Amino acid sequence: MNVTKWPKSEDVFAELIRSCSDDGRTIRIEGGGTRAALGRPVAADEVLSTHGLSGVTLYEPSELVISAKAGTPLFEIEAAISAHHQMLPFEPMDHRGLLGTAGEPTIGGVAACGVSGPRRIQQGAARDHLLGIRFVNGRGEIVKSGGRVMKNVTGLDLVKLSCGAYGTLGLLTEVTFKLRPKPQRTGTLAINGLDDARAVAALSMALGSPFEVSAAAHLPAGVVGNAACTLLRIENFADSLDYRLGELAKLLAEIGPSRRLEELESLPLWRDIRDVAPLVAPRAHAVWRISAAPTDGPKIVAALQAQFSFRHFYDWGGGLVWLACEAGEHANAAAIRAQTKAFNAHAMLVRAPDALRARLDVFEPQAAGLMLLTAGIKRSMDPQGIFNPGRMYAGV
Amino acid sequence: MTQIAFPTPDPLILARRDAILAGLAEILPGECVISSENERRAYETDALTAYRRMPLAVVLPRSTQEVSAVLKFCHQQGVKVVPRGAGTSLAGGAIPQEDAVVIGISKMNRILDIDYANRVARVETGVTNLSITDAVMPEGFFYAPDPSSQLACTIAGNIGMNSGGAHCLKYGVTVNNILGVKFVLMDGTILDIGGPALDPAGLDLLGLIIGSEGQLGIATEATVRLLRSAEGARPVLFGFDSSEDAGACVAAVIGAGLVPVAMEFMDKPAIEICEAFAHAGYPLDVDAMLIIEVEGSGSEMAAQLQRIIEIAKLHRVKVVKESKSAMETALIWKGRKSAFGATGRVADYICMDGTVPTSQLVHVLARTGEIVASYGLRVANVFHAGDGNMHPLILYNVNDPAEQEKAEQAGNDILRLCVDAGGCLTGEHGVGIEKRDLMRHQFSEEDLAQQMRVRAAFDPQWLLNPAKVFPLDGRLAA
Repeated sequence: MNVTKWPKSEDVFAELIRSCSDDGRTIRIEGGGTRAALGRPVAADEVLSTHGLSGVTLYEPSELVISAKAGTPLFEIEAAISAHHQMLPFEPMDHRGLLGTAGEPTIGGVAACGVSGPRRIQQGAARDHLLGIRFVNGRGEIVKSGGRVMKNVTGLDLVKLSCGAYGTLGLLTEVTFKLRPKPQRTGTLAINGLDDARAVAALSMALGSPFEVSAAAHLPAGVVGNAACTLLRIENFADSLDYRLGELAKLLAEIGPSRRLEELESLPLWRDIRDVAPLVAPRAHAVWRISAAPTDGPKIVAALQAQFSFRHFYDWGGGLVWLACEAGEHANAAAIRAQTKAFNAHAMLVRAPDALRARLDVFEPQAAGLMLLTAGIKRSMDPQGIFNPGRMYAGV
Repeated sequence: MTQIAFPTPDPLILARRDAILAGLAEILPGECVISSENERRAYETDALTAYRRMPLAVVLPRSTQEVSAVLKFCHQQGVKVVPRGAGTSLAGGAIPQEDAVVIGISKMNRILDIDYANRVARVETGVTNLSITDAVMPEGFFYAPDPSSQLACTIAGNIGMNSGGAHCLKYGVTVNNILGVKFVLMDGTILDIGGPALDPAGLDLLGLIIGSEGQLGIATEATVRLLRSAEGARPVLFGFDSSEDAGACVAAVIGAGLVPVAMEFMDKPAIEICEAFAHAGYPLDVDAMLIIEVEGSGSEMAAQLQRIIEIAKLHRVKVVKESKSAMETALIWKGRKSAFGATGRVADYICMDGTVPTSQLVHVLARTGEIVASYGLRVANVFHAGDGNMHPLILYNVNDPAEQEKAEQAGNDILRLCVDAGGCLTGEHGVGIEKRDLMRHQFSEEDLAQQMRVRAAFDPQWLLNPAKVFPLDGRLAA
């Protein structure tokens, strides 16, 4: 068994990685460990943790920008920016509940796994807010890309490429994120009793309105409580919030009567949706995340309901379906992937036993041309294939 | 005498011109292959007009299949390719070279599908930026990135340069507003990257491709996000006696938790030039002006404006002038968006595009004035202040080689200043040929080598738009 190393400086990381590259030793990269079970299981010769790389390196509230070393715990970032009424706009999901992990999520892990949440539909994803990175590539070279300014098209964007690459392209050492002011108030409109298709139609109507809906989810009957519940969130200044919730209720009146949830009720509800709390139990169930055009969400679900039983709910206006089913031998992968293929959607097996995630495609299988390109990019960043081998795709 | 170098054309390719043209003529009908010198001349430069090179040939394919066939042929023949949208690049991103074939996508300009329920449109990339918004406006939607050239520029070019615009402070730039592309690699392979979903299935290749300046492949179709227009929008003019006050006001507005839709800055020369052209009612008795736009219902806009005006007063604002009608609003934006064109009526200019942290705006603005004056030239500043994206327009006479060289040197000094202030060489125009040789000021050799290796994973022979972005020496294959 290998021992985890946690160097305290970028230079030491670079040195260690150079020596691994020279000897062809593979490396599993670890942040807080709360998302270690995302992707395919990684067997590697060494474990490198960013635990020792911690601390905010730059925070300019008036510029809405923060830089921190990759191993900085997320709660430290949130404490610093909350003091200035600012936030990470993409609302990163906390995977601890769903994956049953402990420890502290790190800002580097958020970047490496490209973690977003409900506000993605309005404000954009983690990749849309990651302004700059420093990383060590597979040659053991320290590389920077992007920067700390909002607009930057200088050279190839390795920032977005690295965001959501699950540490397969390099070891992030420092990240810079764009922030937004925290909304003054939050309110939610809820409509009860809609079926999935009508619910997504309501969400589409709301998202196509000028009232700047910041989150749109649908919880079918039995997921949380007995009645189906369709939810729309508005975040704004207090006076705007009242006006917009009122207008939205008028707009949706033709679909059904709505009620308003105030902030105290609203905030924990959206946190639960963000963290997929409704599908945490039973622990033995596999959890899939299906990404599609919003109106295709209910169609995919309907097709699957004819084939096996599962519990599910929708985020992102219907475009993100979270689905929990029995893990069994194959977690219904073939049935799900047949639908994602039919609808030009994609599915990730987020939670399942290691053995299953080793055997199945955790990420949507790609067309041959895309796979070739993916492998070529991997080689260009990590020629010896030492970082997180096979975490996204077997053999890459 | 010009400063920016072009690679020496490959004599073997030049010698095979007739055979290459014959090969292209087998792939495309006659009206899609441009070979005469007269007609090729229209493609020899872009909006960086001080530089021009006559391409070997120009082809205008009509479909993804034709783009693929042309690329495959050029790949087999070892012929370089320069992709071209509408040719509005200010950085020379579409300037050809003598031994390259230009592939223009202007014939591929259809909107294929508009899906309001999912808030996306699928378009061929030769479509102009503004025509998407024009198509969806009747339903109350728009396509958000709005570069000043939006009447002419294409989505293909926007994808190449990751174009921004005045309103990206709130709505983001091209990369934040595109979900998928049909993408043709140099060897002719056609790939679907991204799609109707909000996140990538694997690596974020879309994020890499957008802004890659036509070096990785050619996007022929795009799935773009459509946004619902706000209930109302109102630009307000704020005049200040000094650029320092205006710059400090920008930082204070953002620091107060307000993110307006747009915050545009103009200095006195820019105000005068634009007002003479657009008659937008800009105040002429001030040294600096901000156009701040707010959105929402009438009472929401009034509430936001009240907050902004309070901040502006703390920064000694001299004139506050709200748009009172849709016509006034249109004129205010016409003045701003025609800034480059209006400046072109007064003098030749080169437009810089450095971005700096907003806290550095005032400092960089002052130093910009000093730098340009030290070369004996004039400068007009008009830029996106909210995100620190500066556009100094350095005025000079294009027919005076000595003055052109001075203007370019001043521009380079300014860009180095932007990098040294914590910013970057280009915020939205791209590197092109213009800033290629400054890349080493922003990036280390390791940084550049890593970018070049990724580039080579797409185009190992460096056939696609090869003279752009990276310094000509020290290029790396995969």
